[in-house]
Amino acid sequence: MKLSINGREYDVGADAETPLLYVLRDELALNGAKFGCGLGQCGACTVMVDGEAVFSCVTPLLLLEGKKITTVEGLGTVDNPGPMQSAFIEEQAAQCGYCIAGVMMRAQALLQKNPDASDADIRSTLQPNLCRCGTHMRILRAVRRAADMMKSKQAASAADGSVR
Amino acid sequence: MTAPALCIDRRGVLAGTGALIVSYSSIGRALAQQAPESAPPAAPPPPPKLPGSLKDSPFLDSWIRVDADGGITVFTGKAELGQGIKTALLQIAAEQLDVKFEALKIVAADTSLTPNEGYTAGSHSMQDSGTAILHAAAQVRAILIAQAAQRLGLPPEQLSTAHGFVIAGDGRNLGYGELVGDQLLHAQAQPQSPLKDPSTFKVMGKPVQRVDIPVKVTGGKAYVQDFRPAGMVHARVVRPPSYGARLVGIDTSGVEKMPGVQKVLRDGNFLAVVAEREFQAVKAMRALAAAARWQETANLPNQADLASVIAGLPSQDITIVDNRQPSVNAAKRLEATYTRPYQSHGSIGPSCAVARAEDSGVTVWTHTQGVFPDRQAIAQMLKLPPEQVRCIQVEGSGCYGHNGADDAAADAALIARAVPGKPVRVQWMREQEHGWEPFGPAMVTKVSAALDDNGMIADWDYGVWSNTHSMRPGAAGALLAAQHMEEPFPVPAPKPIPMPEGGGDRNSIPIYRLPSARVISHFLPAMPLRVSALRSLGAYMNVFTIESFMDELAATSGADPVGFRLKHLDDKRARDVVTLAAARFGWPSFPKQPGCGRGFAFARYKNLAAYCAIAAEVAVEHETGRARLVRAVAAVDAGQVVNPDGLVNQVEGAIVQSASWTLYESVSFDDARITSIDWSSYPILRFDAVPDSIDVHIIDKPGLPFLGSGETGQGPVAAAIANAIADATGYRFRDLPLSKQRIKAAIGV
Repeated sequence: MKLSINGREYDVGADAETPLLYVLRDELALNGAKFGCGLGQCGACTVMVDGEAVFSCVTPLLLLEGKKITTVEGLGTVDNPGPMQSAFIEEQAAQCGYCIAGVMMRAQALLQKNPDASDADIRSTLQPNLCRCGTHMRILRAVRRAADMMKSKQAASAADGSVR
Repeated sequence: MTAPALCIDRRGVLAGTGALIVSYSSIGRALAQQAPESAPPAAPPPPPKLPGSLKDSPFLDSWIRVDADGGITVFTGKAELGQGIKTALLQIAAEQLDVKFEALKIVAADTSLTPNEGYTAGSHSMQDSGTAILHAAAQVRAILIAQAAQRLGLPPEQLSTAHGFVIAGDGRNLGYGELVGDQLLHAQAQPQSPLKDPSTFKVMGKPVQRVDIPVKVTGGKAYVQDFRPAGMVHARVVRPPSYGARLVGIDTSGVEKMPGVQKVLRDGNFLAVVAEREFQAVKAMRALAAAARWQETANLPNQADLASVIAGLPSQDITIVDNRQPSVNAAKRLEATYTRPYQSHGSIGPSCAVARAEDSGVTVWTHTQGVFPDRQAIAQMLKLPPEQVRCIQVEGSGCYGHNGADDAAADAALIARAVPGKPVRVQWMREQEHGWEPFGPAMVTKVSAALDDNGMIADWDYGVWSNTHSMRPGAAGALLAAQHMEEPFPVPAPKPIPMPEGGGDRNSIPIYRLPSARVISHFLPAMPLRVSALRSLGAYMNVFTIESFMDELAATSGADPVGFRLKHLDDKRARDVVTLAAARFGWPSFPKQPGCGRGFAFARYKNLAAYCAIAAEVAVEHETGRARLVRAVAAVDAGQVVNPDGLVNQVEGAIVQSASWTLYESVSFDDARITSIDWSSYPILRFDAVPDSIDVHIIDKPGLPFLGSGETGQGPVAAAIANAIADATGYRFRDLPLSKQRIKAAIGV
């Protein structure tokens, strides 16, 4: 079946019942989404599907035909990181980092829907994602920084548009 | 992600240890070691004590390698666990070598390439590896200067170094790569090093962004879970349903016919399946589990009565302090008992390993904390000489001690042997990590103390009941796979970790001035549940007890908790962190308000590593009993700081993690099985409970030794929270966790 991931179309051979996580990791070598529990309890596997944060470990392929999937690889690269990634680097918001890609994807989904998310919105939105190293304070700062970066980027491009 | 492409094999280089020591005559006075002239010829003087891990790996090129092209590689036997050790070690090397931080590479924890530094544990990495690299880098720089002096015909004093070059006053310069001749750096380290003056530091002591973070936030290959060598197959293990369960029957024929299944492996009570694709392996694992019939024994203790079970186990009693005075001026005496349940490491990523077996031996990629001890155990399990097993550490999810990492490595090695030539990836499932990891041991402490007429502690009597806090490998019997094989290896006899570091008794000796004191460690050899090292070992419980009880004593004598501590504290560095944390928290001016309390606690980790004081504000919901850490202020003295932001990150993490242990966490079990097997049956702190603010203040001590800091916060946080809850509610809670059920039952709404 065909999957749309990070703006590219992929033909995947796995059975339709296979959770998306295994296809991302094993067939497409996309490392961002992590196996944490396989139960939708920890959020390490979080990706975006049509702009919504989704647990890829409990989402079978058959639910994903025709939908747009975004993983952390879709937010930028190590040489050209996107705002969410830059914010996490600037805030040094990782220890082991295993949970971080999932956290970033849930935060990204929030900020795409609500660029003016409050600190309380960010905290309540991240409730499904666990971090065991205790990096929470930095994660919250990084998401706040990402929100500010995205807004100023948007403002800059809007300003560019008016000049043209 | 492949093994680092390095052409040297250190075993070959070091084969002739002793015979290859190069002459040192050209190095300069700063490094020269005076041989004692009166040494009797029959008994050569003992080798001088070398700093840090140079003691065990004294050759400079074990730590620093300079290639002819000027490329420099730093080697460490310590593993990156997400604590930022690679970055800090590179900062040290860059500073002392006078090269750019970005110009250095680092190779960590590989039995074929790096020094053997045992485990990456006990907050030892900076003290052991950091100190070794500090001195090795300084000595390498001196050797390079001496070499340049010879070539240029100038005295070394007229040469300086910058950016990987030795520079002469006349404008001539020589790159480090041009200076390293054959074996130049294969030299024994000396006890003294020409270390840089800390006031000139450009890299050490400055916040440097961690080298491992960019790849982690962009989906790069960062973890052993991301390792995919060509031809890799996927395995899953079916673990017994409970400790000691025996496999009494299984028909594997159905599973063998499942799509993608390449192998079903049974070796005694060890069951595994190998499949072409990962989800095929998962499905086959489930089918295999359903087909297995096990005989279980109900031999777990009664969880409802755990504290008396623990305190009632046969013990080996070790008196670690005994200077009790017969005549004590005791105006008042207080006694209390504190308890701690079994607690989980709870790594977010279940353990994983990749192994490949070939005729020449077995290679294992593992997130172990100790490649060398793990190699020894796996080699013993496979009945191979250790030289035929190579363990390469690749990061995994944070471990916080001895989780399933070594067991997964053993699983992979055992399965790989059954499918030779194929790299086998073993990924544990969530319930396997929660159910089979070795837990932090349940503990009981009892303390009795007397106050004199002046409100000073006149007598202290303390006992701690605990299992060992290290069942780490080294012996095959420490590995689950080896325990479950047809010809099993026996679980090694548990041993107490001796003081001053201690295991269950770590930090059981108060750092306070006590005119009369006794401390007894009741070591419990019988282990009803599988246990081993969890971050800070017994220090978490002992500091929780001592620092809770200090507040109980302060309250009895009508003293302020901070002032009461200071009255009993002589160590200036201890006093400084206590004073700083209290000041930055606003301790004296904290407003008393309903449902809110302040708490203070302090410890010096192991009484020999970093100092840490915590002031906490906790809110308690009257209706539910739910306690939340609202604000925490920490003051830390970790000696010379290398990466201040890395240290702050570690302490912030310790505060949140310890708050989670303290408020929520307890392993549950019935009479046979562990029943806390996922995040709903073993809840941990989530974002709704994250504090409003955490402030970490560092007292830097340039030029002083590194003091391990990765675990220093665990104990003080627990006691600061308990003390704040007592302040908020008027009730003293002595049984961990300080759960909302317990608080609600006490405050009785």
